[in-house]
Amino acid sequence: MAAEILVEGVCYQYPQSSEMALKDVNLRIKKGEFIAIIGPNGSGKSTLAKLFNGLFVPTKGRITVDGLDTRDKENIWKIRQKAGIVFQNPDNQIVATVVEEDVAFGPENLGVPPDEIRKRVDEALEIVELKEYAQKPPHLLSGGQKQRVAIAGIIAMRPDYIIMDEPTAMLDPVGRKEVISTVKRLNKEEGKTIVLITHFMEEAVEADKVIVMSEGRVVMEGTPREIFSKVGKLKAIGLDVPQVTELAHRLRGQGLAIREDVLTIDEMVECLCPLL
Amino acid sequence: MSIVVKNLTHIYMPGTPFESVALMDVNWIIEDGEFWGLIGHTGSGKSTLIQHLNGLLKPTSGEIIVDGVNINERGVNLREIRQKVGLVFQYPEHQLFEETVEKDVAFGPKNLGLPEDEVTERVREALDLVGLKYDEIKERSPFELSGGQMRRVAIAGVLAMRPKVLILDEPTVGLDPRGRDEILGQIVRLRERQNITVILVSHSMEDIAKIVDKIAVMHRGRMVESGTPKQVFKNREALASIGLDIPQVTHLMIKLKDKGKNVATDVFTVEEAEAEILRAARGMGHA
Ligand SMILES: Nc1ncnc2c1ncn2[C@@H]1O[C@H](COP(=O)(O)OP(=O)(O)OP(=O)(O)O)[C@@H](O)[C@H]1O
Ligand SMILES: Nc1ncnc2c1ncn2[C@@H]1O[C@H](COP(=O)(O)OP(=O)(O)OP(=O)(O)O)[C@@H](O)[C@H]1O
Ligand SMILES: [Mg+2]
Ligand SMILES: [Mg+2]
Repeated sequence: MAAEILVEGVCYQYPQSSEMALKDVNLRIKKGEFIAIIGPNGSGKSTLAKLFNGLFVPTKGRITVDGLDTRDKENIWKIRQKAGIVFQNPDNQIVATVVEEDVAFGPENLGVPPDEIRKRVDEALEIVELKEYAQKPPHLLSGGQKQRVAIAGIIAMRPDYIIMDEPTAMLDPVGRKEVISTVKRLNKEEGKTIVLITHFMEEAVEADKVIVMSEGRVVMEGTPREIFSKVGKLKAIGLDVPQVTELAHRLRGQGLAIREDVLTIDEMVECLCPLL
Repeated sequence: MSIVVKNLTHIYMPGTPFESVALMDVNWIIEDGEFWGLIGHTGSGKSTLIQHLNGLLKPTSGEIIVDGVNINERGVNLREIRQKVGLVFQYPEHQLFEETVEKDVAFGPKNLGLPEDEVTERVREALDLVGLKYDEIKERSPFELSGGQMRRVAIAGVLAMRPKVLILDEPTVGLDPRGRDEILGQIVRLRERQNITVILVSHSMEDIAKIVDKIAVMHRGRMVESGTPKQVFKNREALASIGLDIPQVTHLMIKLKDKGKNVATDVFTVEEAEAEILRAARGMGHA
């Protein structure tokens, strides 16, 4: 049985809606990969995320997590243990009245022993720098602090597949970098599979593979370098490229000899040095 | 319309175990027609500060003076203040409550007692400003939209009131890149056309650098700096130490300078970087 999330010919239609939110999506997310999903508002990213762990089931087609079909009710418990989501709006997933209880909720539900839970909760709060807020009611926190609580929750749960829907949207620049480096560490050191949905192109650059969605379909798939060198195509569907990639693109247009696929500041420095 | 914040301190739930000093002695002068960016780490007090500017929160001590009037004095009509000072919340869901998008955006203008056709006119205009198609979206429930679509509806609801001061708490969170540029562009144009005062709370140094005239920086409840982007972004170490950053292209220019290249480092947007690099490259006989 393959260790992967496999999406085969999936369509999804919301009950009240006349249109398909997802149209014939096919994807394979292998265990241990770090995938970024980008796409315009309403393109189906969050819907797809909720299908990954069986919160929604496909209207058509099939999704399996490590071979377990999400349509089979008997599998749901096992699937939820394997795949956890941090939702787009942290307000909607706060369940407890005290921060540390909220973070403990996931592992408790998985039947993790109390000592182990204590350890995981402390660690998770340490990672997101919320230790001093452990005893506070989550609803009294600022927007970015709530988002950190939600991230701590999934870190404490430690599922094999970690799905994060815009986890850094309300964080300050340093906090955003910290979350991305935590995600990379979970991926590289603990072998966790990461699916990161984001509107920040600089974050998508960090992934092994980028999936681009538009109007309910997967329209591009490739390494960050392959995807972001297609500046015109991305802009046409309402997306963007990192600032340095954009700058490289413009300078090429002005006749400077610069590679098309620059992704980072250091690569750009390397390209520009011989010219300045 | 000008706003003056004088010695503002705000303590949440004083005298309880959850007491939290969110603002400490903040002073801020916002002149009529200015465009401010408000930045600071998560929990630094930005949302708390702006909710004082239209009387949603009351100071523990200190004063808020809007157009010469201390808004927390007895007898001040806060409803009137809130018509003039429009606030888009950090969580748009908190602002949405009607069963259709049309009703939701119309709520404010209706409450102003405007005639029906003027209300519809404003709803159309506001939805257009945020990049939504009136005919496609008017009948939909605001709660059955994607995150970015909801945010656009919430912004439209405030724009439909045509406020004199527009305060936006992280308005581009959750918007795709085009939506982000469109909304920021609309805000810039709106301001030029109607000469309104704008305060933009944001974690995007790139967005802030692109459009504001002045930046105020919050850190642990205090306003630790205010000035032009040039002044504020000058000190990157200090910014990094309080959770903030400078735009990506500014990093690039600093690295080039460190390599001994003859480039200016007070460059904050892609356009400025393009011009500066071309200047330097042409000086070396390239391009
Ligand atoms: N509860 C719902 N009922 C009906 N339609 C919905 C519901 N939630 C989302 N939709 C619609 O389904 C489509 C996909 O929405 P989804 O939330 O997956 O988009 P997204 O890519 O996550 O967008 P965003 O970047 O704005 O978060 C959109 O057209 C949206 O309006
Ligand atoms: N209703 C409340 N009751 C008690 N404390 C609160 C409440 N709201 C906010 N706080 C606390 O006040 C401080 C300032 O919060 P505020 O929401 O103003 O921050 P912010 O700068 O807007 O942060 P963010 O960037 O995360 O939105 C934080 O430490 C927060 O925990
Ligand atoms: Mg979404
Ligand atoms: Mg806030």
